Amino acid sequence: MNELILVLAIPLATAILLVFVGHRPQAANINIGGSLFTLLAAASLTARVVRDGPMNVLGEHFFVDPLNVFLIALTALVGFTTSVFSRPYMRVEHDHGRLSAGRLRLYHSMFQMFMCTMLVALSTNNIGILWVAMEAATLTTVLLVALYRTPESLEAAWKYFILCGVGIAQALFGTILIYFAAEQVFGHAPGAMLWTQLYAYRAELEPTVLSLAFVFMIVGYGTKTGLVPLHNWLPDAHAEGPTPVSAVLSGLLLNVALYAIIRCKALVDGALETQFAGHLMMGFGLLTVVVPAFYLSRQKDIKRLFGFSSIEHMGIITFAFGMGGGVAAYAGLLHMTVHSLTKSAIFFAVGHAAQMAGTQVIDDIKGLIRRSPTIGWGLMLGTLAILGMPPFGVFTSEFMILTTAIKYHPWATPILLAALGVAFAAMFAKVQGMAFGEPTVKPLAHNPALLPVFLHLGLVLTLGLWIPPYLDGWFRQAARMVG
Amino acid sequence: MTLPAGLSLSLGSQLINLCAAVMLLLGFAMLAQRRILSLINLFMMQGMTLFASTLIVASTTGQSDLYVSAGMTLAFKVVALPWILHRLIRKLSVKWDIETILNIPTTMLFGIALVVIAFNVAQPISQLSGTIMRATIGIALACILLSFLMMITRSKAVPQAIAFLSMENSLFFAATSATYGMPMVVEIGVLFDLMVGMVVFGVSFFQIRQQFDSLDIRKMERIKEE
Repeated sequence: MNELILVLAIPLATAILLVFVGHRPQAANINIGGSLFTLLAAASLTARVVRDGPMNVLGEHFFVDPLNVFLIALTALVGFTTSVFSRPYMRVEHDHGRLSAGRLRLYHSMFQMFMCTMLVALSTNNIGILWVAMEAATLTTVLLVALYRTPESLEAAWKYFILCGVGIAQALFGTILIYFAAEQVFGHAPGAMLWTQLYAYRAELEPTVLSLAFVFMIVGYGTKTGLVPLHNWLPDAHAEGPTPVSAVLSGLLLNVALYAIIRCKALVDGALETQFAGHLMMGFGLLTVVVPAFYLSRQKDIKRLFGFSSIEHMGIITFAFGMGGGVAAYAGLLHMTVHSLTKSAIFFAVGHAAQMAGTQVIDDIKGLIRRSPTIGWGLMLGTLAILGMPPFGVFTSEFMILTTAIKYHPWATPILLAALGVAFAAMFAKVQGMAFGEPTVKPLAHNPALLPVFLHLGLVLTLGLWIPPYLDGWFRQAARMVG
Repeated sequence: MTLPAGLSLSLGSQLINLCAAVMLLLGFAMLAQRRILSLINLFMMQGMTLFASTLIVASTTGQSDLYVSAGMTLAFKVVALPWILHRLIRKLSVKWDIETILNIPTTMLFGIALVVIAFNVAQPISQLSGTIMRATIGIALACILLSFLMMITRSKAVPQAIAFLSMENSLFFAATSATYGMPMVVEIGVLFDLMVGMVVFGVSFFQIRQQFDSLDIRKMERIKEE
């Protein structure tokens, strides 16, 4: 039996199990257990790919190649650490009376469903199923964002649902167009929707249809990635949902949506032999780096602040893939990995900080380090990492992206540097105020789970200093494929 | 509704063009309709048109998959979804709700502009299409954009949801007109998402009304930028 089937089946089975377990205390442990088994299955899948190379699973329905193998492993890892973090976090929320027992059942079950949809989206070989999984991911997270049922969270959830629903409808039209182009080559066959087939025959696909399809694809999946000007839902959804949900939205869902865009870009630019898709991505990317940088300093809510920071990083990655070429694409893949790890670590720390202060307002959170050194330093180090300080991995990828920009698109470099500088000034000042100073925060009733924070930051540090050879190999191969 | 097996090609394509015209007309009708109840009926008629066009394509091309697709359209989009919507508006007691702030003439003008844009965008594709429905791709795209416009102009939750569902109808129409429908597994997946989406809509309606005492989205705008 192939490990990939386990990777997809375990979250689904756990989700169903959790519906029946309900709000019993074991639910959080089952959630962790299910995520752990998913992680183990993903690890063994990864080991097999290291040994045997890329493969098709279940006929041609699913596939694992250098571009998605590390994302599957990353998704399983962050899913596991988030479930570890969420146990004490949700217990505190429950004790504070923000959540009823019934909502905890919904939360645990939907969390696993969400993991399942993302893993399906990453591993499916069929562009139609990719769309179905992305839409299902939206639906599960709408319920999670609205979990607290406060007026603000309902507004955020509705905005998220409508904007992403409309956005992703455009992506379905793009998918239909790609299928239409493929049908001219393959005839009316299910194989015409498979990535592997599309890549193999991409030179024969009709260029006009593909370029039009890409426009719909980038608008559609770009809405979910949070590309400006389609980013409106993202800060609200991050701020109003429970923190574990913010962590997986930011750390995983954005990556998955970006993955869809990258696959389309590889297809379209490969077929067109022009830089049409690349240039479009560069434009969106640059806009997405610049605009949120100027919103950062105006934010008063800590989770909104990091939501905007996620938008900015998605912009950096989109820009990197837009530039194309081996180095930029390599840096883009690395940045996806380190951003995901760092941002989820930050959200873990922020979640506990907000619980200690009883508020998410930045000005009311002070002296975290004095009260709880681990949470305070976790937040501070995470912020330094995400702002691109060496020796963390974010620095490595941003450095590679900037040097490529200097070489091929020198005009873009000052814009990027200015945006990164503005973001640094805004975020560092705000987080510094939270970490140091006279404490206004109270200690937590339950021991927070901070192992995930330092595990993630440790990995980001490692990736900044040394990249394991197989990961390096995948990044290189995937970068060559994406172009 | 029974059709003679192996409908002749020219008659088939004429019937499909008729369906496309009806789709577009219904798109405009929905854009201008203030009453929720009539909106649901229009949505049902859109589903009927989609069903009819899928059946006609199935009959002219002999694709057996399309009969299944037509059957699913009938079951979900003509029967199940409108029925759920009727029940919902009764339970929410918004059955006789009328949208008051809606500038219909301006909206219609915008709609016409969108149709022109859609036809221009779709022109290069229509020329490539080998299917009998080549002229209808532009109309399908126009219907998608009209639903999009409807979603922007409405301020109440239920009409927004109907606009969302009607966008899905237009997408299915695009899929049938450009490619004789997507592979069965994808179509089932999309329908599944649609049904789950309907459940999420229903749940959200009740939660929103409980919190805001109203289904007016404008009353929700509480999250401030600064």
